[in-house]
Amino acid sequence: MMAQLIKNRTAQADTWLTLELAEGDTPETLALPAGDVIFPLAVWQARKAEIISCHKRIGLLLQPDERVEDVAGDLDYFIVIAINFPKFVDGRGYSTAALLRQRYHYQGEVRAVGEVLHDQLFYLQRVGFDSYALKEGKDAVYALAAGFSAFSDGYQASTSQPQPYFRRRA
Amino acid sequence: MYKYDAIDRQLVNERVAQFRDQVRRWQSGELTNDEFRPLRLQNGLYIQRHAPMFRIAVPYAMMNSAQLRTLASVARKYDRGYGHFTTRHNLQLNWPKIEDVPDILTELAAVEMHAIQTSGNCLRNITTDQFAGVAADEIIDPRPLAEILRQWTTFHPEFAFLPRKFKIAISGTEEDRAVTWFHDIGLQLKQENGETGFTVIVGGGLGRTPIRGQVVREFLPWQHILSYCEAILRVYNRFGRRDNAYKARIKILVQALGVEEFTRLVEAEWEHGKDGPATITQAEFDRVAAHFTAPAYSAEAADDSYIAARRDAEKPFARWLERNTHAHKVAGYAAVTLSLKQHGIAPGDITSEQMETVADLADRYSFGELRISHEQNVILADVRQGDLYAVWQAARDAGLATPNIGLLTGIICCPGGDFCDLANAKSIPIANAIQARFDDLDYLFDIGEIDLNISGCMNACGHHHVGHIGVLGVDKNDAEFYQVTLGGRQGNEAKLGKVIGPSFSAGEMPDVVAKIIDVYIENRQDEERFLDTFDRIGIDPFKNRVYEGRAHGKAKAAEKEAA
Repeated sequence: MMAQLIKNRTAQADTWLTLELAEGDTPETLALPAGDVIFPLAVWQARKAEIISCHKRIGLLLQPDERVEDVAGDLDYFIVIAINFPKFVDGRGYSTAALLRQRYHYQGEVRAVGEVLHDQLFYLQRVGFDSYALKEGKDAVYALAAGFSAFSDGYQASTSQPQPYFRRRA
Repeated sequence: MYKYDAIDRQLVNERVAQFRDQVRRWQSGELTNDEFRPLRLQNGLYIQRHAPMFRIAVPYAMMNSAQLRTLASVARKYDRGYGHFTTRHNLQLNWPKIEDVPDILTELAAVEMHAIQTSGNCLRNITTDQFAGVAADEIIDPRPLAEILRQWTTFHPEFAFLPRKFKIAISGTEEDRAVTWFHDIGLQLKQENGETGFTVIVGGGLGRTPIRGQVVREFLPWQHILSYCEAILRVYNRFGRRDNAYKARIKILVQALGVEEFTRLVEAEWEHGKDGPATITQAEFDRVAAHFTAPAYSAEAADDSYIAARRDAEKPFARWLERNTHAHKVAGYAAVTLSLKQHGIAPGDITSEQMETVADLADRYSFGELRISHEQNVILADVRQGDLYAVWQAARDAGLATPNIGLLTGIICCPGGDFCDLANAKSIPIANAIQARFDDLDYLFDIGEIDLNISGCMNACGHHHVGHIGVLGVDKNDAEFYQVTLGGRQGNEAKLGKVIGPSFSAGEMPDVVAKIIDVYIENRQDEERFLDTFDRIGIDPFKNRVYEGRAHGKAKAAEKEAA
């Protein structure tokens, strides 16, 4: 079963292929598939020129320990940046997304992948994610109905609301 | 104290609805146990030895009488009619049912209370001085900024899944009563060149690896506290270890990088947030500070001739005045500590009836408000001197007037192995045994000021490292033993106690403490307190007495060898 993609507040089919390194593959040697592909950072770094020459629409996959700073100069190439949550309690991806949006002003799609669950959606949206590969087997219909609207507002400044609540008080 | 406005109320109500829905999805199997665990923890709900344990937040220690009455009623209705105050000012219930927790939260929300982020790997309840706003030695009232920080920590979207728990303490007095040197972030308010700001301390903590915090910034103007904390938290969230829960606190990151490099990272991060939208506006400060204005103190309160007469006539009252009342910045007023350290009771425990008595006393004598101290007592902060006798009588009748604040039996103690899953050993029976041994008030007063802190495991909820005498429960071949430290202290000169030697069985503990006290009594000069004598004579005289006639270390190994 596939993860279910939530984007623009609807459940959608995922048109992107995420390239995964199988055992024995190296970023330098593995075959690059055609189509809309999300590339791991190591593959992007090793094969950048090749990828640019044969792909029009490029995606990037960042792991929790991979730093936005290391790819900051390349952001214009990416239609989508997927940020992986190997475990939902690993919160590094929230800072990654916040940096992409707030510091580097990345305008493309920022997608949460991996262990993405209903109860993270509100926070994910606040820091700047705009698509969510909900974990397989989870109720996407209910997540859409309730996950994003758990709270009607937030105190802090964030990507989705750059002014903290105290600056918006009447 | 702070009153919710529309947004505060709405968010807390939405949290209750969210958690009710999470419990429902967990019960129906939509959420696995692993998925539910962090969600329930961030609502204060642990699964413990006997039953769930539920921790209710008391932000920066302040409460009003209506809130305490609700806690009394909740403890009676959903639990066994009592609760336990912790060293983070929170109230724990030991026996609630998980399925009742959404209803408990609903009742709490009605009086502006919640259990948000009282556990889990997130920003926890902010603690401060129990005498904030009334202390005679206060430089700046920390409460408005504590409330602004509370709002900032609540549901922070970027920092809900940190490597580990994160605790912030804030203090505004000359003498630090908030243990700021031993928090993930410790904030000390001060004035510099007519400007108000903070000294920012990072990377302190007790627990398994006790470390005194280090100064990351000597002076930060108050307007920048949120953006600066964001910078610290972002560095920690990104680079703190996640591979080993025991190495995941920010103190380990600060140690690994060195405070200079850590500071460099924070300052570089802060360059981006500095002067941004998170900068606190004067309007917001004023709005929040308006909730913490002084109550209507009476100018006539200064006449305390009645109290002086009573003090001279009744020794128990005099003792209580000496130990359980504290200097107030307004003439004619005192702050009162109601002791939750009655001998033989679990330290920090309070029954529903006692809560109601305290609520009545607060209404009648202290403007309807109260505080919880990190020493696990209840404070009435604004009592007229002329009312002290009446307060003492009522407190005494309710078992809340034990005059042992700052004395040997006013023990800080975690729930320990009787309740807690993490504990290696029981702590309450040790506290009670020591209280029984030192039940003579004349002797207790003669011994004088001494902090005895007990934790049932190295997580150090009982702050044993900073007790003048610290007791730590340890597991030795599946048996409960106790390691003793001496010389720890909180305050401006905060430091960790030194381990005295091999650990003791539970039965030995009252004797061990008695021997330590004997050494002090025999050696003290003039008005020396325990800690003064300890600092002068060092640990050896104590060690020698405690282990006298007891083979240990090499001698013990030799004995074993011979046998």
